[in-house]
Amino acid sequence: MSQRTVAVASAQGLHARPASLFSQAAAAAGVPVTIAKGGGAPVDAASVLLVMALAARHGDEVTISADDDGVLDDLAAMLATDLDAE
Amino acid sequence: MSTVYEGVGVGRGMAVGPVVKVHPSPAVPVGAGGDPDAIEPAFAAVAATLTKRAEGATKTVADILKATAQMAQDPALRAEAVQRAGTGESPAEAVDRSVQRFVDMFQAAGGYLAERVTDLRSVRDRVVAELLGLPEPGVPVLSVPSIVIATDLAPADTAALDPQMVLAIVTSHGGPTGHTAIIAGQLGLPCVVRASGVMAVEEGTEVAVDAAAGTVVVDPSPELREEAAARARVQAQLAQDTLPGATSDGHEIALLANIGTPADATRAAATPAEGVGLFRTEVLFLDRATEPTLDEQATAYGAVLGAFGGDAPRKVVVRTLDAGADKPLPFVTQPGEENPALGVRGYRLARRNPELLRTQLEALAAAARSTGATPWVMAPMIATVAEAAAFAQTAREAGLTEPCKVGVMVEVPSAALRAADMLEHVDFVSIGTNDLAQYAMATDRLRGTLADLLDPFQPAVLDLVATTARAGAAAGKPVGVCGESASDPLMALVLTGLGITSLSMSIGAMPAVRHLLHHHTLEQCQAMAEAALGATSAAEAREAVRALADKEIVGSLAL
Repeated sequence: MSQRTVAVASAQGLHARPASLFSQAAAAAGVPVTIAKGGGAPVDAASVLLVMALAARHGDEVTISADDDGVLDDLAAMLATDLDAE
Repeated sequence: MSTVYEGVGVGRGMAVGPVVKVHPSPAVPVGAGGDPDAIEPAFAAVAATLTKRAEGATKTVADILKATAQMAQDPALRAEAVQRAGTGESPAEAVDRSVQRFVDMFQAAGGYLAERVTDLRSVRDRVVAELLGLPEPGVPVLSVPSIVIATDLAPADTAALDPQMVLAIVTSHGGPTGHTAIIAGQLGLPCVVRASGVMAVEEGTEVAVDAAAGTVVVDPSPELREEAAARARVQAQLAQDTLPGATSDGHEIALLANIGTPADATRAAATPAEGVGLFRTEVLFLDRATEPTLDEQATAYGAVLGAFGGDAPRKVVVRTLDAGADKPLPFVTQPGEENPALGVRGYRLARRNPELLRTQLEALAAAARSTGATPWVMAPMIATVAEAAAFAQTAREAGLTEPCKVGVMVEVPSAALRAADMLEHVDFVSIGTNDLAQYAMATDRLRGTLADLLDPFQPAVLDLVATTARAGAAAGKPVGVCGESASDPLMALVLTGLGITSLSMSIGAMPAVRHLLHHHTLEQCQAMAEAALGATSAAEAREAVRALADKEIVGSLAL
């Protein structure tokens, strides 16, 4: 299991559109992906409700885990982008 | 013979069109309801319906629909519902409780998450309805202009309506001064409330809604359709008159708009309204779980003030939060009051939470500075002279000094009786006739069956208006009316005759009021006021006024 730790770049945090886009991408990844905030318990990254419930704000560090480095790189890049600005 | 449902009309308009129905949230039956294997397909069906609807919708609506569809597709939510059903909960209960766990989680997190709770509940209602084989709850997305029929509409339902697609609103419950009626007036839509039995009308049936008569006619005859068209033509003609409000002999009486949101402000600013007589600030925050910050408020108020600024700035009267009673706000209202209309509402919120009021006034002052506007501000539910004086001091300390004006609303009979004393401390007063009638007549505004007691022509209510108007004239200060009675064209003449200086109403009501004022002299209005005050019942008062009005206009407007 590989991991990446990224600071959330979206200005409004991992809410609304950013949470929606991120969990859609995680669901489409083909492998199970989890996300945790700080030292918290990891949750299913494909669940927009669980991702939103993390209440991760702009600048908060989140850790994503999966058995596929390519998937993790893509998702980490997404988290490091301000998705609200697009 | 067509079926006719009778109710209480709001406004004067008439519309014909197909019916869409708003169904209430399904109740979750205890220990029964649905097939466990149907849980996943029910979630999928709801997600599919919402996604399909998003395709035809405008971007804002589509975004909301897609976000809600994604919640219905959520793997964690579905897995939990299926797992709960596997341990003996009925499918409907399993869905309800799984959603509730997220609702609790989001509410505990507060802020943005707490505001998504409405969407979660809408997913729950839709999936439970699907499982139980009930009609889809909530406001449907309208694809053709339609007549919306509901038991009653919650504020969230009315917010979900697309005003471009709604021809009229009909409810089987609710009262003429309740939330639905006010929103309908704001949108200029014909509305009939308390039309008992109207929920029996089938979806898609053509009906004629006549707000002036308070009727809903199923399968209207060609004659009735022609009448609706003719009435629409008269309304269109009235809208051609855009002169400021005045009697035929030039006595000016400002015609102002009642608004609740920056969108209302934009709509009203596009009309010949001479400004805003009532900006209901609580409407901005009905879906908020937490208190809006000073900056958020300043931005919202700035948007409204800006809409009426420019080269010829128009007056804007802002009312401080009137939460409580029929307009609970999660962040201020205390649940469980036995008589909320007589409890901690309006200005009384400041007893418990003075910061809330102070922040709001400072936000308004900041918006005034940033836009260069000079808003008027007033507090609702003032009962004593001491409250009026304290509010005036707080508002001025917050920076709302000349040329801004500070006033209070006259809604409690004690305030009307003591208006002269109030006016020693404030620059103006504005009469909220809905609440003034409710408190003078000891009649719940939301109790539709008692609507006759709330008739603005009730002589006792007119006495209180007259007392307030006299106090204003003696002090040389403005006395406005911003309740629904200002939107009744005959009553508008009476109020003018009583010495009221401005009338604030929903924009839809304004053309008829303006037209009537332009065709009567101040002396005629004064004679009507005298006749109304001399009557001993509301019906007698209205009849006496009608008899003194221009016959031809009364006929053409079906007054």
